[in-house]
Amino acid sequence: MPEFRTEEMLLNMGPQHPSTHGVIRFVVKTDGEVMSCAVPDVGYLHRSIEKISEQATYNGFMPWTDRVDYLAAMNCNVAYAMAVEKLAGIEIEKRGEYLRVISMELNRIVSHLLSVGSVGMDVGAYTPFIHALRDREKANDLIEELCGQRLTYNYARIGGVSFDMPVGWQAKVLAYLEDLELLMDEFNRLITGNKIFIKRLANVGVITPEDAIAYNLVGPNLRGSGIKYDLRKDEPYSVYPELDFEVPVGRGEMGTLGDCYDRFVVRIREMDQSISILRQCFAKIPAGEHLVKVPKKIRPPVGDVYIRTESTRGDMGVYLVSDGSDKPYRVKFRTGSFTAMSIVEKASRGLMVADLIAFIANLDIVAPEIDR
Amino acid sequence: MIVGANPCVRPNPGGHNGGRHIGLPLQNKNMTPEEVYKKLQEFFPNVIFEYVEGAKNAVTGKTTGDPAILVPAESILAVCEKLKVADGLNFDCLSNLTAVDRKDKFEVVYHLFSYQKRHQVTLKVVLPREDTAHVSTVETIWPVANWLEREVYDLFGIRFDGHSDLRRIMLPDDWVGHPLRKDYKEAEDYHGISTTRPPLLQ
Repeated sequence: MPEFRTEEMLLNMGPQHPSTHGVIRFVVKTDGEVMSCAVPDVGYLHRSIEKISEQATYNGFMPWTDRVDYLAAMNCNVAYAMAVEKLAGIEIEKRGEYLRVISMELNRIVSHLLSVGSVGMDVGAYTPFIHALRDREKANDLIEELCGQRLTYNYARIGGVSFDMPVGWQAKVLAYLEDLELLMDEFNRLITGNKIFIKRLANVGVITPEDAIAYNLVGPNLRGSGIKYDLRKDEPYSVYPELDFEVPVGRGEMGTLGDCYDRFVVRIREMDQSISILRQCFAKIPAGEHLVKVPKKIRPPVGDVYIRTESTRGDMGVYLVSDGSDKPYRVKFRTGSFTAMSIVEKASRGLMVADLIAFIANLDIVAPEIDR
Repeated sequence: MIVGANPCVRPNPGGHNGGRHIGLPLQNKNMTPEEVYKKLQEFFPNVIFEYVEGAKNAVTGKTTGDPAILVPAESILAVCEKLKVADGLNFDCLSNLTAVDRKDKFEVVYHLFSYQKRHQVTLKVVLPREDTAHVSTVETIWPVANWLEREVYDLFGIRFDGHSDLRRIMLPDDWVGHPLRKDYKEAEDYHGISTTRPPLLQ
């Protein structure tokens, strides 16, 4: 056997790369297929949203929150609105809360469909992606009927939501949920239980529960490592205490606990839970105002507040500082993608280059949410 | 496994028969920030802490803001270590780390959370508002601080002593200034790319 001379290479991946989910760059150190590590380089989508907040009024900043995580804009809207409401002491009506939960859970389905679809695409299974996008479009249609937008919704308001449900909308959503259950069965047969797909994800990119906490992973990435923690359940806000749902966690059922498959399956199962939550919401939504009257110029008292909500990518924290004027003094978004990205350098050690793609897709990273 | 014999096809168990529900149920003793403050005074009799009440609504008198514990900059590392390991406190998670430019001072804000005890607390470190402002890193306690502190360094220019990799994270390495400072003025151009444009309407 002749000896081959090999050497470690420093390769560039991104920032424009079809499978980096936005504009992200990795510097990959590799000798052959197995990497010694991948160092992420972020910031290409930094739009200084936090700086902009200091120039906008409390209400005027709402559309900007859409851009923090454009795949889960409802959740960003509501997180920001909740922070302002908490500091300003504004209480909203039950109907507004239910409409928020309905919109957030519909948004969770939309976001998770894209996530599970693109995991498939990134490991070479293109068809499931098309299936997921097809189903996602229908949900987008519904959200468009609700708030007029398909992506950057700008739906929540300080004091509630901007519009009540249109007439007949509830029946349309319920019919869609019926369809979605069948479509998800099809999707699961196509990919979730697919032997090749499982082999591609099981035992890849394992994150231990200890690491998940140390790097403050949140949401499905945390639960994929077997930690049963969901802010909707454990630090309940809005009307979530009135709703009955399960918190799916990874169990290492196809490989090791905390591998890519666990995180994938948590998202699949969370969609089931969202379907159930939506049905309960429609059964329970009371009559009332969707938007309470709040002063035109909102001036929260001098001080600060930090609130945490369960966005589709997990714990989204909003830190809001008020100086008593009608503009925020400082707004900070603590996002799931940011912390998920910070674990990549450690977790990528010893991964195959192709598995890095699966791993990144699987962490469900959205580039603007990292960079803001 | 046979392809098609699918564990995920509905009805699925939703994961309730697995997973580690770490920590105590909610009703068990979790500490209020004030209790944490008293505990810290016990642990560090020589350090002067200050407890700051949360903002109050002027009309209703209800507390709406978060209370915070002011920690002297030189003690932050020791305090954080204690908060993480001390029994009963167990702040195993650094939820958020950021800064605020108060014009006359910098505030570095730490939001700690405990998965085991389900309580949270806000720590604040006040630094002089100077380019040389610096505080010890807490990266050795919570690895997530590595990136959070890089962001604060990048956008506020606060240095973290002992940080393993203190580089800019959002902006290019050769960027001038720290944008989240209140007195930040954007340069007219960056590598010949103008940062301004003529108004569209005259």
